[in-house]
Parts: sequence; C-alpha cells; structure tokens
Amino acid sequence: MEVPILKQGRFLIATIQAALSDADLLQLRRALIDKVIHFRSNGVIIDVTALDVMDSFATRTLRDITNMIRLRGADTVIVGIQPEVAFAMVQLGLTMEGVATALDLEEGLEHLQHRATGKS
Amino acid sequence: MPVLQDIVVAIRSDGDIVAARQQGRSLATAIGFTATDATLIATAISELARNIVLYAGRGEVMIHSVEISLRKGIVIGARDSGPGIRNIEDVLRDGYSTSGGLGLGLPGVRRLMDEFAIESELGQGTMVTVKKWLR
Repeated sequence: MEVPILKQGRFLIATIQAALSDADLLQLRRALIDKVIHFRSNGVIIDVTALDVMDSFATRTLRDITNMIRLRGADTVIVGIQPEVAFAMVQLGLTMEGVATALDLEEGLEHLQHRATGKS
Repeated sequence: MPVLQDIVVAIRSDGDIVAARQQGRSLATAIGFTATDATLIATAISELARNIVLYAGRGEVMIHSVEISLRKGIVIGARDSGPGIRNIEDVLRDGYSTSGGLGLGLPGVRRLMDEFAIESELGQGTMVTVKKWLR
C-alpha cells in the first residue's frame, strides 16, 4: 500500500490511507527523503489519522524520517494521531521526543508556515 | 450474538503482522471491547507478532474469546519454534533488547494487557500468552 505524497508549494504532505506494514513504512521513508531532496522542500506533514496502530516499528520509523529530513534543513510534523492510538503508545512506553506533532492537517500547515517565516 | 470464531494467523513476514492485529481488533470489537481497548489489544498483537518475525522468523498468533463465570475477555497466544529466550527476566525488563530494537517489546505488551505469561525453552521456542478482560 503506497502512501500518496502531495506537493504543496515548499511543503510535502504524505497522507497514510490505511494500515501499513513494515515494508510500506520503509517505502514511505525512502519516497519522502527522495522527494524532499528533489523538490528542495522545507516542510513535511505526515498525516497518520488512518493509521490503526502505532507500534514500536512505526514510531521508530517516523522518528527516523523526521531526523533524516531535519538533516536536510526541513521540518516534519506528524498530524492526526488518534486518541486511542496515543493512549496505546504511552502504555507501550513509546515517545516521539524531538518530533513535532499537531492535531490535524490545518494545524500542521500552520506550524510549518510559522517555522518558515521564523527562519526568513 | 454472533459466533466468535477462534483465529489463527500464520506469521511469516511483516505483512502478516498487519493481518494478525486487524483480525484481533475485529474479534475484540465483536466481544464488546471499546475502541480504545481494541486499539490496545491490536497494538499488543502487533508487538508480539513482530517478535516472531524478528527472532524466530515464523510462528503463529492465536486469538480467541474466553468466558469464565460471567467474565468475558480475549486471549492471545503467540507461539514460535525459534531459538528461545535464555534469560526471561532480562527480556521483561524495560530497556532490554537483543535485536537493536527499541527494547520495550514485552514489558510494553504486559502493560497493554491484564494478564501476561511467557514460556520459553532454548532451542525449542517461545510461547507468550496475554489476556484482557471486559470491564
């Protein structure tokens, strides 16, 4: 299941549509890094609203993506973590330290725009 | 009330992890668990199935409903014939990992569920059984 990545000006928006296998998550990582480099993007939003579960692998992969993209000088925001998914993550002991999160796509975009204007 | 069928999912690759947790969520919902509990159960299944892929290569996840004197719940068994675990107390400690992972697999799963049991024999395999009760 490939995750569609939309280009919106200097930003990229990846919207996860369904449950992802480990291979799908690694594919998303590769595709996002490629596109950030190709389009010289300075912000990325990953919308996880439709993700059923955020287990240790998903959490680590999203954190890796964020770190890799940061090395390219761009920001990443994870949006749409569902309340029950957040609850399960905390119980499991997973954290998203150093990773920006926002309630939804709109707030994620606001965050990126704020960061972009703050830099210039 | 629908018949709640026992589920056995063969685990051979990472794609099977998704199948196992989705079937587990369906059964949990059918038993009457809330969306939050169903997500906790699906997350536990995901971690248990991942351990099978990571450490044993293949195995199976068994999921069934249980009813003991008006108490209803779900039981998940994750079984493999892999190398087994040398020191079970180590793997139940937060922060321990042998595969360079995050090292919070089993203690985390224990927190997600109500009951947790593990049996392992070197060279024979490992069986983890977890339960969650309806509240």
